[in-house]
Amino acid sequence: MFVRFFTDLRARGVPVTLPEFLALLEALEARAAAQSPEEFYYLARLALVKDERHFDRFDRVFAEHFAGAEKLFEQLVATLPEDWLRQLAARELTADERARVEALGGWQKLMDTLRRRLAEQEGRHAGGSKWIGTGGTSPFGHGGFNPEGVRIGGAGGQRAAVKVWEARDYRNLDGDRELGTRNLKMALRRLRRFAREGAADELDLDATIDSTARNAGLLDIRMQPERRNAMKLLLLLDVGGSMDAHVKVCEELFSAARAEFKHLEYFYFHNFPYERLWKDNRRRFSVTTSTWSLLRTFNPDYRVLFVGDATMSPYEIQEPGGSVEHWNEESGRAWMERITAHFPRLAWLNPEPEDNWKWTPSVALTRELVAGRMFPLTLQGLDAAMRELKHPVASRAPA
Amino acid sequence: MSDARFTGTERYVATPDLMTAVNAAVTLARPLLIKGEPGTGKTQLAEEIARSLERPLFEWHIKSTSKAAHGLYEYDAVSRLRDSQLGDAKVHDIRNYIVRGKLWEAFDSAVQPVLLIDEIDKADIEFPNDLLRELDRMEFYVHETRELVKARHRPIILITSNNEKELPDAFLRRCFFHYIRFPDAETMEKIVRVHFPDLKKELLAEALTVFFGVRDTPGLKKKPSTSELLDWIKLLLAEDIPPEALRGDDPKKTIPILHGALLKNEQDVHLFEQLVFLNRRAGR
Repeated sequence: MFVRFFTDLRARGVPVTLPEFLALLEALEARAAAQSPEEFYYLARLALVKDERHFDRFDRVFAEHFAGAEKLFEQLVATLPEDWLRQLAARELTADERARVEALGGWQKLMDTLRRRLAEQEGRHAGGSKWIGTGGTSPFGHGGFNPEGVRIGGAGGQRAAVKVWEARDYRNLDGDRELGTRNLKMALRRLRRFAREGAADELDLDATIDSTARNAGLLDIRMQPERRNAMKLLLLLDVGGSMDAHVKVCEELFSAARAEFKHLEYFYFHNFPYERLWKDNRRRFSVTTSTWSLLRTFNPDYRVLFVGDATMSPYEIQEPGGSVEHWNEESGRAWMERITAHFPRLAWLNPEPEDNWKWTPSVALTRELVAGRMFPLTLQGLDAAMRELKHPVASRAPA
Repeated sequence: MSDARFTGTERYVATPDLMTAVNAAVTLARPLLIKGEPGTGKTQLAEEIARSLERPLFEWHIKSTSKAAHGLYEYDAVSRLRDSQLGDAKVHDIRNYIVRGKLWEAFDSAVQPVLLIDEIDKADIEFPNDLLRELDRMEFYVHETRELVKARHRPIILITSNNEKELPDAFLRRCFFHYIRFPDAETMEKIVRVHFPDLKKELLAEALTVFFGVRDTPGLKKKPSTSELLDWIKLLLAEDIPPEALRGDDPKKTIPILHGALLKNEQDVHLFEQLVFLNRRAGR
């Protein structure tokens, strides 16, 4: 009955594999007893989910799946063989508990009560009945067949009775969670490209051994340059206006990138890149760099990463003089085409949620200008952008 | 396997999901990967499991320079070279120069041990991949002596991670995974009780209110965690602070006493001061 659960999980993007599923079955078998639903939930999560980002998705699938199968569970319990129960009790119950069971009128009586209760329960919650109610009225809340604590007829109550998985406590850990500097660094690390460049200041052990051996045992030391990350990155950041809402995430991206790349250059622009860019936002009108000199200074092996929401009036891209801040002789489109032509490896990160892109014409325009290489500023998006920068799809050309 | 079940100890409060996780890992002898906010007792868990199940504990603390091979064994070629020049008789047996790692020690334990691999994410990205076979089959091969080391008892392996690096899928598939959530107020009260049994009820209630208030402050760079709360309470007790002093008129209007134990970042302290200032002004 769990196979569909397994396939549902995979369909929803929880990366479960067969060995993990088998591990769950093995775990269930090792216990050889019907667990309390909570324990089953914990066990399933333990075995199947390997990243807290997926907890929320798992919770949702679990809730959906077992909402339908609850009846089944009840029937299973109602038809439990008595011998099995008695054996279980003999093994698990303390003398005290056994006495209490006897006080209730022995096993037969107990089972009858239990069955009656189950029937009541079914009657009370017509339709989508839940097998753990609140307030401890459910048979599983205090009368369950949990080998660790058979509390039949007792007060119980402390042991849950709220469906843990329906609480969905892990919502904010799901895939598009806030980016922290740490995570960003990890994603940026994808773009590493190690190369040995510069002065030979590190001992090359293999070469030394090799040449010493060739030298009949006389030490012959060989040196080599240190391995460094040779990736060059040019970061172009949109500031001000609609980007104010995304300042934090951009700050984090920026500080992560600064820590991760030795060859990092950055420039700011407002809404769209035109003929001038700047490095200091306080002196943006006095100290600027012309985009032409940017194109001359940085050779095409620089990877270019735009960060901006691309949310503006389409005129700001299409028309000369469209900029909201100054008179631009040439349209933003012309400048963007120059940049994409000069830097073959380029990507645009957009902090706006991907779902909103289609409502903004300027986003579609920008996307077209960067040949579809626009990615959301989430962990997955950043990851995809890094892949794109590393191994660009060759067939793509600026539209 | 073993019948002993882990239910927390007098020093460690385990939530039901954590108990399920530990017991499943013990029953099936699978490595258990523990993640969670810093300061939620990930490392301590291994010690407590070892204590409560009365098993020897082997701790392997990972650093950025750790290699998987360090956990198995190291061949000390340098001292062998030195001994050979000094004419030491030891030199003829290579076994004298094999230094056992933590994993080997754990494999060799006479009773089923607990092995803690602490902060696996600190190591190189390839580190977990190099341990796949060892964790799966619980055996490895010593090339120098041509012997196969097999675990006498599959150890209970606990692996902690702070999420600084993504772990490879092949590695994750072999582990059970548990995420220690930040404790809710009720669990937190239990935890504090375990550590400070004589704490006055009023002080505890006030301290927890302040603590969760601080945690809920939006925009904090580093939220205080359980271990910081415990430190703070220890300080409060040492300074003999009365519960009234924590109360103030409104938790939002005062900076908590001895906040240095809770806020570990000057930006956070600054943010807090600003908030308090704003609240005071608004309250007037």
